Amino acid sequence: MTVEHRETSLFGDREVALVDLLDRLLAGGVVLTGDLTISLAGVDLVRISLRALITSIAPAESGPIEAVRSERVVSERVGSDRLVKGRPDG
Amino acid sequence: MITYLYAVGRDLERVPDVGSGGIAGGALRLVDEAGLQAVVSDVDREAFEDLEAHREDLAWLAEVARAHHGVVEAVGREHAVAPLALATVYLDDDRVRAVLRESRAEFAAVLDRVDGRDEWGVKAYVRPAAARSAAAGRPSSGAAYLRARREALREGDAAIAAAEREADAVDAAVAALAVEARRHPPQDRSLTGRSEQMVLNGAYLVERSATDELRRLVEELARDGSVDLELTGPWVPYSFAGRAS
Repeated sequence: MTVEHRETSLFGDREVALVDLLDRLLAGGVVLTGDLTISLAGVDLVRISLRALITSIAPAESGPIEAVRSERVVSERVGSDRLVKGRPDG
Repeated sequence: MITYLYAVGRDLERVPDVGSGGIAGGALRLVDEAGLQAVVSDVDREAFEDLEAHREDLAWLAEVARAHHGVVEAVGREHAVAPLALATVYLDDDRVRAVLRESRAEFAAVLDRVDGRDEWGVKAYVRPAAARSAAAGRPSSGAAYLRARREALREGDAAIAAAEREADAVDAAVAALAVEARRHPPQDRSLTGRSEQMVLNGAYLVERSATDELRRLVEELARDGSVDLELTGPWVPYSFAGRAS
């Protein structure tokens, strides 16, 4: 079994994966009509370009070559403290 | 300058603490009206006037998204928050006040829906073939190799179909624990940086008190199932603040 858990930085400075963030920001949020009647909601990302962007931001995490290595890391995370770390109170 | 609207809350007493400020480092302030507080900052009008020019400017989009997220998350740390869609801008603060009055009921509904709840993401990936058939031996001849290769391709298709069925089951199980559920389109392999195909990209609105239960459930589903799972969160409830939900 493999479960990877990434904290989304509510309580830390861990970088949120941009692709996960854009999934939410481009398809979520309260949609109102702004004064300039513009919104980025629903923008269909140019995926090749986005990949280039992501690669430039986090070169070490991108590319299929890394897949085997990250798979191993993922497996190691199973049952680790990170998986069961609860949200701090307050 | 125009007014960029990040988020709306109803019990905010002060500007959220975001070290880097808002978009382009703009100073954050609250606009209070109709029992609601909007978190806003000034942004350059030109930058937001012609959005077409920015549609494919992903460096710009990333910067705006990160700044937007930083502010929304800072609010969400201590308050129920209704995040606004990316790049919602008004000519001035008076217009924001008018919008808070006009949309008061809509904001109240969103805040009620998300109060005391977090959004979580569960993604499922097809398990790599290497892990599925580690027992496969070395082919004894060219013909045996080709046979094995055809077999592997057939197995790959079957594995994806099976993984998709299992993704539906994972989604249903997590949704049963959640207050609301929504599926985003699976991310393309070129975006995830993983060679395995994503078969589930789910978002779930979960009671904060059920956080541990969620973690246990996902762990259990991963242990018993045959897809790889990834849990992300807690997120501010972006996926459950829109009209669709």
